[in-house]
Amino acid sequence: MHPAYSVIFFTTASGAGLGLLVWLGLFNAFGMLPKTSGFGFAAMALSLGLIGAGLLSSTLHLGRPERFLKAFSQWRSSWLSREGVAAMATFVPAGLLGIGWVFLGQTGGIFALMGLSASVLALVTIYTTAMIYRSLPPIRQWHNGLVVPSYFMLGLGTGAVLLVALTAVSGAFKPSFGWLAALLTAAAFLTKSAYWKQIDTEKPASTIATATGLGAFAKEVRMFEAPHTEENFVMREMGYRVARSHVEKLRGIARVTLFAVPLVLILLTLVAPPALAVFAALAAVLSAGVGVGVERWLFFAEATHNSLLYYER
Amino acid sequence: MTTLPAPGKKKLGLVIDLDTCVGCHACATNCKEWNTSGHSAPLTDVNAYQAEQRGVWFNRVFSYEVKGGSCGERTVHFPKNCLHCETPACVTVCPTGASYKRAEDGIVLIDHDKCIGCKLCSWACPYGARELDEDQGVMKKCTLCIDKIYNTNLPEADRVPACVSTCPSKARHFGDLGDPNSDISKLVKERGGYDLMPEAGYKPVSKYLPPRPGKKAAETVSLAKLAQGGADKPGGFLAFVDRILSR
Repeated sequence: MHPAYSVIFFTTASGAGLGLLVWLGLFNAFGMLPKTSGFGFAAMALSLGLIGAGLLSSTLHLGRPERFLKAFSQWRSSWLSREGVAAMATFVPAGLLGIGWVFLGQTGGIFALMGLSASVLALVTIYTTAMIYRSLPPIRQWHNGLVVPSYFMLGLGTGAVLLVALTAVSGAFKPSFGWLAALLTAAAFLTKSAYWKQIDTEKPASTIATATGLGAFAKEVRMFEAPHTEENFVMREMGYRVARSHVEKLRGIARVTLFAVPLVLILLTLVAPPALAVFAALAAVLSAGVGVGVERWLFFAEATHNSLLYYER
Repeated sequence: MTTLPAPGKKKLGLVIDLDTCVGCHACATNCKEWNTSGHSAPLTDVNAYQAEQRGVWFNRVFSYEVKGGSCGERTVHFPKNCLHCETPACVTVCPTGASYKRAEDGIVLIDHDKCIGCKLCSWACPYGARELDEDQGVMKKCTLCIDKIYNTNLPEADRVPACVSTCPSKARHFGDLGDPNSDISKLVKERGGYDLMPEAGYKPVSKYLPPRPGKKAAETVSLAKLAQGGADKPGGFLAFVDRILSR
């Protein structure tokens, strides 16, 4: 599948923003975060800013972006529509929590409840994003049981890394935030490793023989002549190919920048003196940001589409 | 509404005969010609007269080589367009309601005024039947010539999809596959018509007729054997003549 940068930025930025929102809503309800309006502003701006920027970026890949409002209408059947609705719905309690936190200096009572609602809706939104991909049978690398866990782990994990940096910078860091981020980074590593192993080893259900149906009448089916001499939309959109050797290298880069480096830096944040801890936490965000971008690029580039079987690709 | 309607009785579709298709591309050409001014008009071409030309076609004719089976070694020409599936995920994934399946005849269509060009429907189609019109920013697909098959301005015999009416080898058939007594359903039954990629679970309405079993090759006679006089061994008087002549 063609890795469109707008969609890669959308899923990674929104994922991290939603993950952060989950933790903000939860830890605020337990009174573990500063109640100051300054921290509230930074936290809500970072989280909602990432979600909003991601959503805006997602409209860039549309052929007719001016019609985007129509995309909220088909939530009965479409995961893409459900995602739009869930993301917009998340903004309501999140916005109310933000108003209480920043302008009224209140984070308890009804505002704590709003925060918890935002956490739940953010989780739902991450789920709907993952289901857009999970629900597509023609792409075996996406129609896969590990896609939803991967999106949860990476969204919540990068969100937790952001929480560590945010609290470290504002002097509100708690060891439990660090352990949470470390645990989720490790869990995301295991999930993603299992995913890569599965897509590498599973046998594709569809082949050129089943796609053409000619396998029932012949042992060998191969293309003699393509239907057109230039690449059409289907080949350009669905036929993206990345060299096997590059896949291994890029997975290696993702393992280091998305998992190993942030894990070490977060453990460092837990033990280092405050000045160094802030530096380590910010570096962890930077590294995880690069890493999740590479991981998401691979998620698209590695995915193969059954329509290309007709082209023997 | 992108939720699927209750399955209707009428299921319009195509049946493509892989035995008689000669791969002339007339169906693809006539499809483009009709549809560039019909329901989905225009079928935009970009760089039409230079390198890297690309554009929207609803019908593409592939050619395959097959060997080692009931149909022998041969070339199979293979036209492919939308199969108007009974459970088309391309419709249900659409976030705007632009894609829909008609309850009355099962045709899968796009309302181009509602399409936002998110391309998700093309990702959901395992057959590669949908193509984005990059000039208009909306998705396009085979309409089964909806503006031709119901067009009462045309003589009744012409009310078939453009690909069907133009086919010089009668390899394309159109009709109601929901009616077991229709000519087209009988043809599918008689010739063992099959579904493409049934494991995808989309239940395509349109069917393909397999190439007929190849003729058994004539028995071969080895030239080397002939040269060694190994044709028919004569007996009796001819054997005597053979011996005399062989001296």
